[in-house]
Amino acid sequence: MEQQPNLNYIHDLSGDDKEFEKKFINVLKEEIPLEKQEYLNVIANKDHLASASIVHKLKHKLNILSLTDDYKLAVTFEENLKNKDFSLNDKFLIILNKIELYIKNL
Amino acid sequence: MNCIIVDDEAAARMIVEQLCSKVPELDVIDSFSNAMDAIKFLNQNTVDVVFLDIHMPGFSGIDFVQTLKNPPRIVLTTSDTNFAIEAYEYEPIVDYLVKPITQERFEKSIVKIKSALSKKTVTDQVSTKTASNAEEDIYINIDRRLIKLKLDDILIIEAKGDYIDVKTEKKTYRVHNTLKSIKDKLPENIFLQIHRSFIINFTKIIDIEDNSVLIEKSVIPISRSNRPELMRRLNLL
Repeated sequence: MEQQPNLNYIHDLSGDDKEFEKKFINVLKEEIPLEKQEYLNVIANKDHLASASIVHKLKHKLNILSLTDDYKLAVTFEENLKNKDFSLNDKFLIILNKIELYIKNL
Repeated sequence: MNCIIVDDEAAARMIVEQLCSKVPELDVIDSFSNAMDAIKFLNQNTVDVVFLDIHMPGFSGIDFVQTLKNPPRIVLTTSDTNFAIEAYEYEPIVDYLVKPITQERFEKSIVKIKSALSKKTVTDQVSTKTASNAEEDIYINIDRRLIKLKLDDILIIEAKGDYIDVKTEKKTYRVHNTLKSIKDKLPENIFLQIHRSFIINFTKIIDIEDNSVLIEKSVIPISRSNRPELMRRLNLL
């Protein structure tokens, strides 16, 4: 069954500090769409090293949102990209769309 | 204890700030989104600990550690695990936190930092004494007088035709000599020629831009041919 994002890590981290949670979610709302767009740009340019770098950055977001299976795919994809293998692009894009939608609706 | 946070991701910086806020004796004095700003800050301020993202655009955490003159204790933060073995080869690195960092793991890191800081205090006392004993001087000949200068007081030496200007914090001495001649007498671990007209004391560098270094209030050009050696030597510090 496909994993769904959640805020468990953020709740644990905040210790019920609602102000922190609000600020942190706002940062995710800003960063994730920007990083996704950066990913799309470098993939379109077939820049494998820049693609690996942004996947590296995005995989932290997957961890924050408790998407451990998707994180594993991102780890593999990052390594593949360093070897100019873009084949996991479609699967990774589905993950990005999923987290973007989730964050947008928070 | 005070610390700074270096990470190009705002979310990652916020996480470490939040973790730090739960440790009463730890003050976050600043956060940086890029390595160069953090290096400039560290060259002018003293901090106990740096929480440092190992993977930043154009500058790895290892590069960062090697660039600092007197690195504080470093805790690497990363989404990777495959840098861990290499990381521990560098003495200032006391811990390695894999993201997402939990409070429990962070508190273990604080224990390691405290232990490392207590060892550092003892080491510093020994180092200071050794450095003091090894202090060296150079004599320059001005109007048939030999004037003693402490090497550590010399900031810049500039070629001026048949003369050289030896600039210290207090005074500039004009000496009838060549840059090559004085270069041969200076210790290589402190002085470096970065341009055909300039030798610098690179322990005095405040800031490095693309093609220049800042020492005190002087901006000194770096020639293209000397730049690789400067960068290599900085890495050794």
